[in-house]
Amino acid sequence: MSSAKVGIVVFPGSNCDHDVFYVCKNILNLDTKFLWHKQGSIEDRNIIILPGGFSYGDYLRCGAISRFSNIMQDIVRFANKGGIVLGICNGFQILCETGLLPGALIKNINLKFICRNVSLTVENNKSIFTYLYDIKEKIELPIAHGEGNYYCDEETLTELIASNQILFTYTENPNGSIYNIAGIQNKNRNILGMMPHPERASETLLGNDAGVRLFKGMAESVL
Amino acid sequence: MYKAKIIITYRKSILDPQGKTVENSLHSLGFISISNTRMGKYIEYEINTDDIKKAEEIVKETCVKLLANPVMEDYTYKLEKTE
Repeated sequence: MSSAKVGIVVFPGSNCDHDVFYVCKNILNLDTKFLWHKQGSIEDRNIIILPGGFSYGDYLRCGAISRFSNIMQDIVRFANKGGIVLGICNGFQILCETGLLPGALIKNINLKFICRNVSLTVENNKSIFTYLYDIKEKIELPIAHGEGNYYCDEETLTELIASNQILFTYTENPNGSIYNIAGIQNKNRNILGMMPHPERASETLLGNDAGVRLFKGMAESVL
Repeated sequence: MYKAKIIITYRKSILDPQGKTVENSLHSLGFISISNTRMGKYIEYEINTDDIKKAEEIVKETCVKLLANPVMEDYTYKLEKTE
């Protein structure tokens, strides 16, 4: 039994929270709990997941308002101490707005909301999130976003590459992301932000379980 | 009392796909002399102070902290004295 205690943060407008809960609780049998964004603490949780959705209706910019939710202060503290944080889709946008990850997510280059399966390449499998994948393994995961076009300046990109922070790239770029980036970790390797949805591909019943290894690996990394 | 009028746009170095699409439409309407179309956000609010320096400080702080994301956006503003 893993000692992972998963906390899934629920903002007004989150809509992938129950999918993530189902994967952690029902598929992986982990101690899993929802955390309402208004509470000031993440309690005893040792893995924090910011799920997808449209927190605060994506007002102003995606993730810009959620960043100031009560619980975020405690998440920043937890993350800076090395705590495991995963942000999926809107969660990735929130992590960038918070400054826990570099860069920003801007409108897709074709201005469309893209909802389909895409092929990804695992660029680095020496991370707590991806060690159950092979290096350069091609996996398929669904994306569903209007603002998934990852942007950062040249200097940041050079750093991301040099410190192996890019974990997933798109095999064929769907949204205009710089360097085909689909998911990055921070320098300390305890925070991952990604636009694709591993929780929507975690069961063979749904036709694809390529995403479940990410949650499994993360849970087993908790000491 | 001051009224702040703030305009936020993508930084020049970033391709603005909405601006580009609007421009393509303008061109197809025959406005071929138009170029460099950019789309942005407009925000206005009132500040309860008569000190313009204080008002400027507040505008800048709100832009940096919340209204604009310096990674991808630039902001400009005007302050108007109101009653």
